[in-house]
Amino acid sequence: MNRFYLPILTFALLTVVLAVGIRHSPDKGIIVSPLLNKPAPQFALPNLADPAQVVDSRAFKGRWYLLNVWGTWCVECRAEHAMLLKVRASGRVALIGLDWKDNDADAQAWLAQLGNPYEIVAVDRTGRAAIDWGVYGAPETFLVNPAGLVIYKHVGALDEATWSGEILPRLPAAAGPG
Amino acid sequence: MLPELGHFALILGLLLAGLQAFFGIAGPARGRDRWSAAVTAALAGQAVMVATAVGCLIACFVGNDFSVQYVAENSNSALPLFYRVTALWGAHEGSLLLWILLLGAWSVAVWFGSRRLPPRFSARVLGVLGLVSFGFLLFTLATSNPFLRLDPPAPDGRDLNPILQDPGLAIHPPILYTGYVGFAVAFAFACAAMLEGRLDQTWARWTRPWTTSAWAFLTCGIALGSFWAYYELGWGGFWFWDPVENASFMPWLVGTALVHSLAATDKRGLFKSWTLLLAILTFSLSMLGTFLVRSGVLVSVHSFAADPSRGIFILAFLVLMIGGSLALYAWRAPLLKSSAGFELGARESFLLFNNVLLVIAAATVFAGTLAPLISDSLGLGTVSVGPPYFNPTFMLSMLPLAALLCVGIHANWKRGRLADAQRTILFTLLAAAVLGCGVTFGVYTHGKVLTPVAATIGIWIILSSLVEPLYRLRRHLSLPRALLGMSIAHIGLGVAVLALTTVQSFTVERDVSLSLGESATVGGYTLRFDGVKPVEGPNFEGVGGTFTVSRGGRPVAVMVPQKRQFWVQHQVTSETAIRLDRGNNLLLALGEDLGAGRWSVRVQVRPLVSLVWLAALIMAIGAALAASDRRYRAARVSEPAAGAATEPAA
Amino acid sequence: MRFRASLLAVFLAGAAAVQALDTTQLADPALQARYVSLTHELRCMQCQNESIADSPVDLAADLRAQVREQLLAGKSDEEIRNWMSARYGEFILFRPRFAPRTAWLWLAPLVLLVLGAAVSWRIVRQRGALLAGDPDTPDEDLRP
Repeated sequence: MNRFYLPILTFALLTVVLAVGIRHSPDKGIIVSPLLNKPAPQFALPNLADPAQVVDSRAFKGRWYLLNVWGTWCVECRAEHAMLLKVRASGRVALIGLDWKDNDADAQAWLAQLGNPYEIVAVDRTGRAAIDWGVYGAPETFLVNPAGLVIYKHVGALDEATWSGEILPRLPAAAGPG
Repeated sequence: MLPELGHFALILGLLLAGLQAFFGIAGPARGRDRWSAAVTAALAGQAVMVATAVGCLIACFVGNDFSVQYVAENSNSALPLFYRVTALWGAHEGSLLLWILLLGAWSVAVWFGSRRLPPRFSARVLGVLGLVSFGFLLFTLATSNPFLRLDPPAPDGRDLNPILQDPGLAIHPPILYTGYVGFAVAFAFACAAMLEGRLDQTWARWTRPWTTSAWAFLTCGIALGSFWAYYELGWGGFWFWDPVENASFMPWLVGTALVHSLAATDKRGLFKSWTLLLAILTFSLSMLGTFLVRSGVLVSVHSFAADPSRGIFILAFLVLMIGGSLALYAWRAPLLKSSAGFELGARESFLLFNNVLLVIAAATVFAGTLAPLISDSLGLGTVSVGPPYFNPTFMLSMLPLAALLCVGIHANWKRGRLADAQRTILFTLLAAAVLGCGVTFGVYTHGKVLTPVAATIGIWIILSSLVEPLYRLRRHLSLPRALLGMSIAHIGLGVAVLALTTVQSFTVERDVSLSLGESATVGGYTLRFDGVKPVEGPNFEGVGGTFTVSRGGRPVAVMVPQKRQFWVQHQVTSETAIRLDRGNNLLLALGEDLGAGRWSVRVQVRPLVSLVWLAALIMAIGAALAASDRRYRAARVSEPAAGAATEPAA
Repeated sequence: MRFRASLLAVFLAGAAAVQALDTTQLADPALQARYVSLTHELRCMQCQNESIADSPVDLAADLRAQVREQLLAGKSDEEIRNWMSARYGEFILFRPRFAPRTAWLWLAPLVLLVLGAAVSWRIVRQRGALLAGDPDTPDEDLRP
């Protein structure tokens, strides 16, 4: 062993790094949220069903809920909608909607047409609340526990695998929608 | 029919490249000279087949054959003929084919250019090149076949990405790839030398003109890419430290080190194992760049569509080629010994410092580019690395390098005799400092701390590089092309340092919103908005905003930046308007309609930015001149160990 | 996953072609300078390797508005960076902070320089010693 082996050893290490890179590459751009295990950001926003009313996030404390960020302009939101309806039907956890930078009338029409999976939908017209949640691309889904801590975040359309593989195991066995 | 013919030609090309590699490597190893002799026939066949495949694909593009998936995805019947040809390298599959074609072209050039080398040695060189061709052909056929058919054929194509519909992009990839691929020649020479055990400095002399030529192409290619980004992307920037840019810049940095260490190896038989390693590293970085750009492991503003399966294939190929050559290196390099001595002030020392600093700069760019990957694989979380990291860390090794150049250029080999040059060094430094501060405070009247320092260094490089050629001209001494080329390339570097300094320090950039008839003043230039008018092209429509620009009452120009909407991809591109005025590059990019007749517009005044690209051209011209020096041609004939040296010159 | 990758590619091609124009001009030139440098240091989370200053997407414009508001409210650059990274993680910072997990990146150039200097010094000393017994050859033929 001498210094002439250094280049090939360095290259071997690099190969490992690149191999890990390939394995992770489909997930590139999906960033671990700094909110995990931190208190969920607060918001008080108009209610989509009745914009005169306020949805206050403090009201959710004490129960498990999923916060789903969506918008009618978002292509993948349409793709995940059927899954959201299934989540609603399962009754395992409450679904709170955050309608992100959208038009109220479009959003109401969307829910009327496709079915409403949400217990309540808060309207974030300016996108300010979404920034507090670190949202960068709809749809995004956050799981929050009764203590108000963010437990899990999913970026992209919610699918069966994420629901049964990531979200259900984190819920207590008998937890109902509160 | 044509796509099948092209596909078939590509398969034949693969087989012939395999034969080329086999004959070239196994022939000399087993001492079978007839095998070694067959390598050129295999190469000729391979090159013809690849050229046929490229010709078929071009014919498919020109003939609008939208039954070919690649054509359907990257062309359109409304696309002008010129871009239908250049669409060949508009996406991953075709650009890979271009890579292989250029590798074939370099191989043929090496075949003709090294006919006076020992036949076994040149067979090995061509064999290694055949192995590289084989790998890339296999990659193309296995994962990225451009000849796949669509069933049913598309009625029309999805069009070439509009930002690629530009003359700059038409020529940028071929020149850049010529540079990348050219380093394969130095790599092949190094591998051949190691396989043969011919590790004296002769291989270095044979390699020098090839390496310098490849370097010249890469320099031009990078500059063209930067120029294209400047005027076509509408950002007005010219270097973003984006992974794709870094992928071309790392081989350039290590290639620059290689050009210099080859000089020391050729002249003094020094740094032999180091030069071998650099030859391997330069081409390895070219291939690694291909991997980074095409595998999707890094995010970039202009990468190809990602596909992990391609990544795995290239990685396997990298392990084979780079791992193989480095193993060869670990086996052969310990045999290399050199007893040549030199003192601290000798030219050899300065070449050593040059190499150390360039490699550190390349390693820094490498660390920054791969940091997101490295951090992720070490479980350290995600990290972003951008210009705020690259700019200061790059300067850390580049400024000392630039300053050392101005001293080292006067040093002699072996014993530096710098004392003789003491007065020259001090005088040029003094003159440069006066000029540098003059530019900073006289012309621009302000500047950061580093501005006068960097400007001084830039001018110092230019002055120092002029000393030797002027001395020889005055004394009517001979001025060999190698020396003249070196001086010109160094002057180009000085111009680059100076221009980058003024651009970084004195650029004025502002986005303003104007309504009809309103004016704004940016960086001394006043522009009046005279309204928008529709524009139309063969495959797009758009608007052009008219701006009348003046400076202190003196009319400068009427500039019309455009926004274009392309019909097929519905993509909007920004067509900047650029005007050169008294050393300043004035750039206008039209923004959006803000309503009520107001438009936003980006105004940039970049002093001396054109010199950045001119500097690259000067460097490339210098390198081309040096590569054409008679010395390299003469050296081959007089090579005593060469068995083929007795052959008459062709 | 392949679908997502190709979607991204389409998306980024769109993003690359158009440039965000930001006609913000804060009254205080010092604030404006800080605004420009901060928006160039923050990454657009939706895009591929662009700063929020360069990105035309909506979210980038929202984040620029945040930077503007907070600057006007008298926040320091570091407070604004912290505010951003508390929401989007360290990933949003194009200038990685000097922290235990990024130390290697910042120290690498310095360590390499020191290492390079040490190696150069050793080589020059060894070569200098070899010169001692070497007759002085005329260096005319050693010209470059």
